[in-house]
Amino acid sequence: MYSETVKDHFQNPRNLGEMKDADAIGKTGNPTCGDLIWIYIKVKDDIITDISFKTFGCAAAIATSSMLTELAKGKTLKEALKITRKEIAESLEGLPPIKMHCSNLAADGLHKAIEEYLGKTGRTVEDL
Amino acid sequence: MVERVNLNHAAGNPVDKRVLKGMLPYFQEFYGNPSSVHIAGRHATKAVANARMQIVNLVGADTKDRIVFTSGATEANNLALIGFAYRNRRKGNHIITSEVEHLSILNPLKFLVKQGFEVTQIPVDEHGVIKLEALKEAITDKTVLFSVQHANNEVGTIHPIQEIADIAGDAKIPLHVDAVASAGQVPVDISDLGASLMTLSSNDLYGPRGVGALIIRRGTSIQPILLGGGQEMGLRSGSENVSGIVGMGIAAEIAGKELEANIRHLTKLRDRLIKEVTTKMEYTYLNGHPSHRLPNNANIRFSFVEGEAITLYLSFEGFLVATSSACTSRTLEPSHVLLSMGVDEAEAHGALQLTLGRDNTETHIDHFIKALPPIIKRLREMSPLYPPS
Repeated sequence: MYSETVKDHFQNPRNLGEMKDADAIGKTGNPTCGDLIWIYIKVKDDIITDISFKTFGCAAAIATSSMLTELAKGKTLKEALKITRKEIAESLEGLPPIKMHCSNLAADGLHKAIEEYLGKTGRTVEDL
Repeated sequence: MVERVNLNHAAGNPVDKRVLKGMLPYFQEFYGNPSSVHIAGRHATKAVANARMQIVNLVGADTKDRIVFTSGATEANNLALIGFAYRNRRKGNHIITSEVEHLSILNPLKFLVKQGFEVTQIPVDEHGVIKLEALKEAITDKTVLFSVQHANNEVGTIHPIQEIADIAGDAKIPLHVDAVASAGQVPVDISDLGASLMTLSSNDLYGPRGVGALIIRRGTSIQPILLGGGQEMGLRSGSENVSGIVGMGIAAEIAGKELEANIRHLTKLRDRLIKEVTTKMEYTYLNGHPSHRLPNNANIRFSFVEGEAITLYLSFEGFLVATSSACTSRTLEPSHVLLSMGVDEAEAHGALQLTLGRDNTETHIDHFIKALPPIIKRLREMSPLYPPS
């Protein structure tokens, strides 16, 4: 059902855990639906210098969170906003069709984190 | 390769070796069709008749009752509900069932609602037990049938089926009992219950898949839902699956003979499993009734984590388990049974359904209770819901 890359990220999640000194946290999902994803970012000069996650959910939710952090680390905020659900799924060598929408929420979490970060300095994504 | 430990017997039992041995001659040596008048046909007829007797004996039916073999319990439930409702339509159009029935009950009933029938689903308490007062109150002068499971396959709760049968009896309403989860696990006696219809599954008795039976007691009329050559007393057309039927019969005989020994074996393993798992970890709870439960079932939920993730981590270590989490269901809906019991939706995602079988040993339980806590701990550390604020 899951690709080897999904299994790898599920068993060995990258950048896992709470970030105490995060500049912003993006929260997405809903425990009622079975998926809740928190993305923590640290930003310097509009570059994501550090990123981590905490996720409640199935293997797909955990693996997509892990993959997102790998894709976003070191990117500018503007570049990071271009990361899509599709790109995450492709980087994981695909997801089961039923999981494409329900568990592939990590990109939304990152968008929310970036919006929160920009909001703190009175900016929006349009200002990037 | 890691040794496999099967704690998912509800999804499928291995066929008992004695059953398989008894079935094998019916594939090549005795391949006759019971409809044939020649010697091979007679032999097949005898084999099917013998299997009927084995079913009669398992559930205390009468030799005059009709045992209709089907393609499985799903078909037997469809036949019971649709066949009964249509045949008895002029007597009334109201059917009473519970909220926690198997989908092979709930979906045929949905179909009947579209055909103009009315269905009342009785709620359950926090242990998953059907509320008897609500059952009594639901009866109207249009009620023609009760359809109730003896035990719940998912959470293991055994309903007070005799009391339910008495309520039906007092109101003179025929009762259909879905005994798929209970037959072979606990004593089942259709005569004591006074039930009119009962569904059984072969594989749940360690017989082959693709076979089930509907027991129709004398005086109960139903109409067929599969039309054709009129096999099975006109109630289930299609050439009989003789080898499968023979297998179900042998499985029923063994299940009856070894019932007490299996209850002792499984209850011991189950009680240890529940105790160790729920006391070793915090925020870990048993779903279903603490004592009125199937000997083979332990349904346990773990707060702040999701069941598919637990199931996969366990699978990497060789343990086969199932979860009630919506994330593994075809519909992505949480378990209707847990929701009906009042379990919070987020909590319902973290439920594991552990179903033991004859092949399980104390060593399996030892390994499982050692492997599980680190997995739950790890997933909780990943979860933004943990620790609870």
